[in-house]
Amino acid sequence: MTTSALPSRRDEAWRYSDIDAVAAAWPLPAPESIIVPAGGDFRRAIVQDEGAIRQIELVLGKGAVAALHVLNIGGAYGRIELNVILHEGADFHLGAAQIGGGGQNLEIVTTVTHAEPGATSRQVVRSVLGGTATGTYLGKVAVARDAQQTDSEQDVKAMLLDRSATANAKPELEIFADDVKCAHGCAIGELDPMGLYYLQSRGLPPGEAKKLMLQAFVAGVFDGAEDEVQLQELALAKLGELV
Amino acid sequence: MLKIENLHATVGDKPILKGLSLSINAGEIHAIMGPNGAGKSTLSYVLGGRPGYEVTEGSATFEGQDLLDMEPHERAAAGLFLGFQYPVEIPGVSNVQFLREALNAQRKARGQEPLSGGEFLKVAREKAGLLKMDMDMLKRPVNVGFSGGEKKRNEMVQMGIIDPRLAILDETDSGLDIDALRTVGDGINSIMRRPDKAVLLITHYQRLLDYVQPDFVHVLAAGRIVKSGGPELARELEEHGYAEIAA
Repeated sequence: MTTSALPSRRDEAWRYSDIDAVAAAWPLPAPESIIVPAGGDFRRAIVQDEGAIRQIELVLGKGAVAALHVLNIGGAYGRIELNVILHEGADFHLGAAQIGGGGQNLEIVTTVTHAEPGATSRQVVRSVLGGTATGTYLGKVAVARDAQQTDSEQDVKAMLLDRSATANAKPELEIFADDVKCAHGCAIGELDPMGLYYLQSRGLPPGEAKKLMLQAFVAGVFDGAEDEVQLQELALAKLGELV
Repeated sequence: MLKIENLHATVGDKPILKGLSLSINAGEIHAIMGPNGAGKSTLSYVLGGRPGYEVTEGSATFEGQDLLDMEPHERAAAGLFLGFQYPVEIPGVSNVQFLREALNAQRKARGQEPLSGGEFLKVAREKAGLLKMDMDMLKRPVNVGFSGGEKKRNEMVQMGIIDPRLAILDETDSGLDIDALRTVGDGINSIMRRPDKAVLLITHYQRLLDYVQPDFVHVLAAGRIVKSGGPELARELEEHGYAEIAA
């Protein structure tokens, strides 16, 4: 993942990036490295609220568990990049929301490598985009030849508040084992107009009705986070700015 | 309370209502009956302000205010409630959370203090009891996984909590079994039969009117009211069908 030369949009992992912002931050510091030893348990919430490129390399030892909760909301360009390597029986969970308006460009780029048998990974990503914002999820799950009984899931959904907003989603699988379960689902849509009308008919002003539906859309990604309440509040405040 | 004059409305450029006039006073219950495609649901959506339902001519006033000039949420705050023929499922949004926020938004618009969580739950519990709905269902996401009958019951619970001045109930009786029909009928009477309130029931059948006795019955055909009368008109319709009466 560590790139020595300034990437361009020809690089798949930077295809939708704000290259000018990347150039301004170049060279990037070395990625943060986190190693969870065998049997360990690691949890972290990451709030990107001012515009930054965060790169994290996460290695889970045998039977280790890690849960990351990400809220990507701030700055003109915010990128969260995760490179995860799972050893035997490890379990990785990502719950992420990115919420952007104006001309924001937000992205979450993950590579999850199931290096050994029996590991599980589950990624749930929700994007809410208004104005001319762009939200991108590029997620690669790589399963090594020996990594039988891999169980992985990518659940990716984006909601566009304006026709001028853009959502990119690319779940990607690279599987060399033959006894694995890898699920991926991806949907991009708009708020249900009949649902909005129903809520308004009961007295909710349009903005409140939208906020309630969007809150429901991103709710769930922070389930189980230690800072769940705080993450929900930050997400809700950001949604309030968009509607 | 509600005064509709020469209302014309189109849906996607297709004219549906063609000169409908109707006047409803406080304390009255009106029923509108009519064949499929007559414009019954269109009337309810036009009065409720659903986007895409365009009024091309005529007027509708509610308590002297121009109803057609108001946003859906403003109509609700003014005291209008629309019971949906097909209540909408909203995944992830709990009934109680949504209803409390909606009720408090209405109260705010009327310059009233918001209800606290405790006060709200007390009202919700009472109305759910009235409609024989399990309180647990009120905590679930709005209408998700509800049966047809449960959705209609939920509409009536919402009506009880919101406590409107005028309720327009679009085929609230469809999809109900006999017991549920009685419960819903009792609910409508208990919530809405007051000297300062009014109801517009839209229905295909006489059976709901056995429980909720209307003061006036109107026949809607081809976008206009073609006949009005007392409760006996509903029985005549049941006996002879629309074709004969509306002709």
